[in-house]
Amino acid sequence: MKLLIEHLHKAFESRIRLGIMSVLAVNDSLDFNALKDYLDVTDGNLATHLKSLEKENFISVKKSFVGRKPNTRYFMTKAGKKAFDDHLKALEKLIKSRR
Amino acid sequence: MKDDQYYIQDIAVMRSMMERSTKFMSVSGLAGILAGIYALAGALIAHQYLYTEGNLTGLVVTAISVLILAIGSAVFLSRKKAAKRREKAWNPTAKRLVVNMAVPLVAGGLLILIVMANGLFILMAPCTLIFYGLALFNAGKFTYEEIKGLGLIQIALGLLGASFTGYGLLCWAAGFGLAHIIYGMYIHYRYER
Repeated sequence: MKLLIEHLHKAFESRIRLGIMSVLAVNDSLDFNALKDYLDVTDGNLATHLKSLEKENFISVKKSFVGRKPNTRYFMTKAGKKAFDDHLKALEKLIKSRR
Repeated sequence: MKDDQYYIQDIAVMRSMMERSTKFMSVSGLAGILAGIYALAGALIAHQYLYTEGNLTGLVVTAISVLILAIGSAVFLSRKKAAKRREKAWNPTAKRLVVNMAVPLVAGGLLILIVMANGLFILMAPCTLIFYGLALFNAGKFTYEEIKGLGLIQIALGLLGASFTGYGLLCWAAGFGLAHIIYGMYIHYRYER
């Protein structure tokens, strides 16, 4: 049981970070505003969570221009995808083992 | 250690976030019902034009009015539904839905103009059904999956109307009118209450 808990990644303890990862798992890339809409959080709050996921190397940014406006798009890295899949598997196992 | 409910809730969050960001769920069943009613009224007017006066301009005006009313109601009610879900209606999933519907619809629209220019008026109604059906079938990937079934019904009615000339308008009324109302009611009662 202890082992199972260890597979649950600390970074995903926050529901907002879990939400960001879920959304990026099924979309190639999304900009800040789209993420904000889906998660229903404030700018500052979202930025903090994005930063911490970036620090873990789970997500990465792609900067470009739309016309003259700078546009920052977020996407999941390979490491992020693996961590997310492992987390999901661990959750499933945990719930099953307790039934 | 957290309890089961917490982890189950975690999985629920993941699931709903994935769905929310890939599918446009603010499609309105009520708008479907309204579109069906407009279509039935339009078909009645078109019937008058076809069998009494043979007035092509009147027919085209009727068709365009039905289209504008239907799209207008859909946009208005989708925005209302999105606001209720605390989402923006015009989000990336909505864009994806519109782009994927636009390709078959624009192709169909152009074909109908060509068909009209060649005087093959009996094929107009079946063409609208077939291409609209293809658009709906495509849309099923980006919103309620049930929409795929509605698309198949429209395609079948279009092919039926094309093979039995003289029943084109009847098939059109069944597809755009009746099928819309039935599907609209289904979506409304299943998801909007």
